[in-house]
Amino acid sequence: MRVRVFVPRDAAARSVGADEVADALVAEAVGRGVDVELVRNGSRGLLWLEPLVEVAGTDGRYAFGPVTVAAVPSLLDAGLQSPASPSARAHPLALGLTEQISWLARQDRLTFARVGVSDPLSIADFEQSGGLAGLRRALAMTPAEIVAEVTDSGLRGRGGAGFPTGVKWKTVLDAPAEQKFVCCNADEGDSGTFADRMLIEGDPFALIEGMTIAAVAVGATAGLVYVRSEYPDAIATLRAAIDLAYGTGWLGDSVLGSRHRFDLEVRVGAGAYICGEETAMLESLEGKRGMVRAKPPLPAIEGLFGQPTIVNNVLSLAAVPTVLARGAAFYASYGMGRSRGTQVFQLAGNIARGGIVETGFGVTLGQLVDDFGGGTATGRPVRAAQVGGPLGAYLPVSQFGLPMDYEAFAEAGAMVGHGGVVVFDETVDMGVQAKFAMEFCAEESCGKCTPCRVGAVRGVEVIENILLRRHDAPAAGTPAHTDTAAGVVLLQDLCELMTDGSLCAMGGLTPMPVLSVLKHFPQDLDGRQEGRP
Amino acid sequence: MATSPRTPLVEWSQADAEAVIDEHADLRGPLMPVLHALQDRFGYVDAQAIPLVARRLNLSRADVYGVVTFYRDFRSQRPGAVAVGLCRAEACQAVGGHELAEHAKSRLGIDFGETTSDGSATLDQVFCLGNCALGPSVTVQGRLFGRVSPARFDELLSGAMGGISAAGAEGAPDAPTRGAEPA
Repeated sequence: MRVRVFVPRDAAARSVGADEVADALVAEAVGRGVDVELVRNGSRGLLWLEPLVEVAGTDGRYAFGPVTVAAVPSLLDAGLQSPASPSARAHPLALGLTEQISWLARQDRLTFARVGVSDPLSIADFEQSGGLAGLRRALAMTPAEIVAEVTDSGLRGRGGAGFPTGVKWKTVLDAPAEQKFVCCNADEGDSGTFADRMLIEGDPFALIEGMTIAAVAVGATAGLVYVRSEYPDAIATLRAAIDLAYGTGWLGDSVLGSRHRFDLEVRVGAGAYICGEETAMLESLEGKRGMVRAKPPLPAIEGLFGQPTIVNNVLSLAAVPTVLARGAAFYASYGMGRSRGTQVFQLAGNIARGGIVETGFGVTLGQLVDDFGGGTATGRPVRAAQVGGPLGAYLPVSQFGLPMDYEAFAEAGAMVGHGGVVVFDETVDMGVQAKFAMEFCAEESCGKCTPCRVGAVRGVEVIENILLRRHDAPAAGTPAHTDTAAGVVLLQDLCELMTDGSLCAMGGLTPMPVLSVLKHFPQDLDGRQEGRP
Repeated sequence: MATSPRTPLVEWSQADAEAVIDEHADLRGPLMPVLHALQDRFGYVDAQAIPLVARRLNLSRADVYGVVTFYRDFRSQRPGAVAVGLCRAEACQAVGGHELAEHAKSRLGIDFGETTSDGSATLDQVFCLGNCALGPSVTVQGRLFGRVSPARFDELLSGAMGGISAAGAEGAPDAPTRGAEPA
């Protein structure tokens, strides 16, 4: 009997040996005369268990992980090919039925429903699991109806800014032009975020379907996906998926036999973080330096090559098929307040159980870090979590009751951003992290506006000066050195200026992590706490 | 920075360069694809390519030069035989990225953005490889590796430098530190 074995092709799984495990499994099975069909799926997102091997049993898929090459013979000895057998279930790497692993069972996988489940490059698998239902429904609707459905779902930009997607689409729909574009921002440069990459590698057709719906909704005939060069696997997978979509008449002159034309291609970034900012991305797509544009005009009015353009993040576009297939009300039934639907959170950094947690907004930071994440990988106490990428705030454990909600985070001087959570243990030096925020901005600033270009360099200097003095600072309980206190005031002034005066979020949000350190971890700047490692 | 899996590079030639430029020149917004294609071919964007690109795409040489120098990926010099990229961003910092960076620099005797004097290796810093739950992350010859300890780094480096496939079956990852059980 032929056994289906799943070994992820996701870059994270490959980074810890999935290819070698797949090869070893096949070789070992052949040697033993076991008939194995190897499927290279996306990753389920339980990254600490990668390479996570799954075997199809009669009652579902059984998981084993983290599998090493060395463990392969013993897995076959235990009867991996009959995964429900007592001997297979007794193997030390056996995890039981994948769907019943509570880490996964507790999630609400909408956008990531197919990621890790099916073969990412099988259109048949895609359609069998609900793919194209959203696009088919959209093709039977008027553009205004599609846009209204997206607006009613409450979907907001998942790239970080949280702007209502439907409002953006309506602006493009209402802008008269001969040529409109749909651009997908897959320049996922924030540290601690990898959901765009995993979605593209694990279910590229979901993104293509979302982009096609967007194109049909606003009358765009061309689309571009701007993928960062650091993601070679995602680029290759997406290009292969686009070719397949052309081959089946989904993309091209007549989308699924309709009167709509939609052409889609991949463009590759070149290592500039700023190109994740939508106007810098448009400049880059046009073949220019990734310099931020002043807004207005909005890209929805004058975007790529001056034409009305939808610019959405991967996860926003990949959520759209669900909204269309299952209705706005279904999607909006998840979430809290004005943050509707699900967010794909990414647990990263020093965390025991890192990976993808897709769940409705409203889950608390503590639930993510402690319940899902299991605390730190090193086993030391958690000291801080940076939420929302390099421009997001560092939050201490005392703030872990915060619900993941755009408004609640904004009120706390933080941001949900793209949903990345980077955990640090007690050995972290928050003064160094504050300095890094400025260093990163100095390195990645496009240079167009002075507050960002010069401010970041001055920020590094000011923080360096503060840190130089902290080791000869007075003992705990006495006031900080006067120069240190003056340095802190200067830093606060600088942060205010960068926040208010920068052209885009790069300079405008760099102060957020810095100010969060000043607010929550001041002892790491002025040195007034003893016993810090 | 070479993040795409590397194919053998060829020596600079104007005829080759012109063919590469032609291949992408008719795209909408062709400059970035053209520069990527040149770099994929030669390993860097030779100064002699700039006027060729400018002429073919009807841009000024300053425009092309400005773009080449803006983006971290585009090199102006031929890289070392082995390309190493090391993630320097927060998620990797949280799991020993600083220490790994120091180790890599001293092991190769160069700083980020430099090539060893014998041309054997180039070391680049990268801000996020998207492998943030399995850091510290490194790329060697465009291939991504996770949970890279200093010892594992040395192993990967000598594997690549010795021409031994770093993708060999012995390339098992370091064991996870904790939490290797489902919640």
